Amino acid sequence: MKAHSIIPGFYPTLGYTLFYLGLIVLIPLSTLVFKTFELSWPAFADSISNGRVLSSFRVSFLTALAAALVASVFGGIIAWVLVRYRFPGQRLLDALIDLPFALPTAVAGVVLATIYQPNGVLGKLLKQTFNLKIAFKPAGIVVALIFISLPFVVRTAQPVLQEFDTSMEEAAASLGANRWQTFLRVIFPNLLPALLTGFALAFARSIGEYGSVIFIAGNLPFVSEIVPLMIITKLEQYDIAGATAIALTMLLLSFALLLLVNLLQRWVRQRSGQL
Amino acid sequence: MSISIAQLNKRFGAFNALNNINLDIPEGELAALLGPSGCGKTTLLRIIAGLEWPDSGRVIINGEDKTQAHASHRGIGFVFQHYALFRHMTVFDNIAFGLRIKPRRQRPAESVIRTKVHTLLELVQLDWLHDHFPDQLSGGQRQRIALARALAVEPSVLLLDEPFGALDASVRKDLRQWLRTLHRELHVTSIFVTHDQEEAMEVASRIVVLNKGKVEQQGSPSELYDQPANAFVSQFIGQTNVLDSHNHQHWLQSIGLGDDAHPGLVAHVRPQHITIEKTPTGLPPSIVLKDWQHLGAITRVELTGTKPDDGLPPVLHVEMPSEHFKQLQLFKGDAVNISIKQVQWFN
Repeated sequence: MKAHSIIPGFYPTLGYTLFYLGLIVLIPLSTLVFKTFELSWPAFADSISNGRVLSSFRVSFLTALAAALVASVFGGIIAWVLVRYRFPGQRLLDALIDLPFALPTAVAGVVLATIYQPNGVLGKLLKQTFNLKIAFKPAGIVVALIFISLPFVVRTAQPVLQEFDTSMEEAAASLGANRWQTFLRVIFPNLLPALLTGFALAFARSIGEYGSVIFIAGNLPFVSEIVPLMIITKLEQYDIAGATAIALTMLLLSFALLLLVNLLQRWVRQRSGQL
Repeated sequence: MSISIAQLNKRFGAFNALNNINLDIPEGELAALLGPSGCGKTTLLRIIAGLEWPDSGRVIINGEDKTQAHASHRGIGFVFQHYALFRHMTVFDNIAFGLRIKPRRQRPAESVIRTKVHTLLELVQLDWLHDHFPDQLSGGQRQRIALARALAVEPSVLLLDEPFGALDASVRKDLRQWLRTLHRELHVTSIFVTHDQEEAMEVASRIVVLNKGKVEQQGSPSELYDQPANAFVSQFIGQTNVLDSHNHQHWLQSIGLGDDAHPGLVAHVRPQHITIEKTPTGLPPSIVLKDWQHLGAITRVELTGTKPDDGLPPVLHVEMPSEHFKQLQLFKGDAVNISIKQVQWFN
């Protein structure tokens, strides 16, 4: 590899990469594993098969999945509007997209909880018109997660749309395709890999989110407790090994899911000749 | 199918892209829209295709007014300069696209589509590439696939926007020949846009010369070359020596082209309408041979005057058969006499 590569510095950069990957990612994560090994197998199984913990896994993964799906659809639409149309206030809107990145998540959580609670601005409206309660329910968690994960989708879809060759659309039109067919058969397949990346990022972010969720979730055992909350609860009881057991399980599940998304992405790219 | 353009106008802001265009392309013709860049030729082609909208005027395809029709309802095949192949589809799927999106009742069976796509692939001689993606093809191959894709829906009119513009010289040459042969076989009315006059002359049976949003002249290649309507066409189609009667009066008179009959006009002399012979030794030289280029069958000779104020243009281009040039046995710096066989006067 070294003898035939025209790019210099293969070994120094590889060494640097591995060193920092080890220092920043692998060492902390392996600590997690070692700490978990302090538990015996029955104790490990016991701490994660606890009913409250299991339902927190269900809540975490389902809300994250729902939020990432919604964010993928609406983030895709927002990216489309920002790239394809010119309108007053566009720059402002474009800048606003990044705000959830910068805002302390706890602030977002407090704000969302305030407006979605039964007496809040939106909460009242939704309750009166649709008899819908958002705050202190899993639905509230989904709302908070959409808020924080939307920028990931917008920012991954935007560049792809910007570079999209619009003459492909014109070609489709001249071949007899209507707008809908053009979108479905030409634009969407080209956007799909980026949307999948956005989905994976949104999902990963949502799984680990704590700050914004905690205020709006209501944290009812078996209903709206998320996994990170369970970990914190264990830590507060000085059950560090129990906390790491949950953390490790969550880590492995997330990793498996992200790997799945990556494989899906690979498959999509391969099918569309983009590999 | 015939194409007619009537009183077409198009502005982009303050820029007048097309100015009262009137055109008639008869059925079965292979026409070229020729002009320098920015002359509006691509805009005109896109308006015919329904990819751009005129400010006023009409587009009539086969007797039907299609000015307001959407691109998908015009029955037009469009080939883009940069191919615009669907990069997420294989070559086969690209060509099948137009057939597969037809409404269910008009859509042919998948087996019919398969046969048709392979027939088209054989027509463009690329059947072996059917399962490749556009990114894996060369430029010339992509352009041929784009053409096959446009032909799949059996368009009544084929429009090509600088179809060979992005290709290298040798591929371009092959494709030009190939396009002409293809047109002879299919006989579909076609218009292609080009800025290359050689390409237009070689491929088209009819050329429309555009300049600054206006039609300067239309006709067969030989009509345009032999009877250019104005100075622009004369200079754009083929090479020409331009001699205005004001600056070159003295010299023009000396060779018998006095400006008396043509006050204020400009003389255009084609390089092959000048003949040269060696001046007998001893006489003082007035015109000398500056340089020459051997271009195969013909040789291009550059002549220049010896005195700065003799009213000669800096360089006079002459073209003659290479055989003839060899017989003259001329060398750089040799003095020559010239005579002009034919001249055209323009404003």
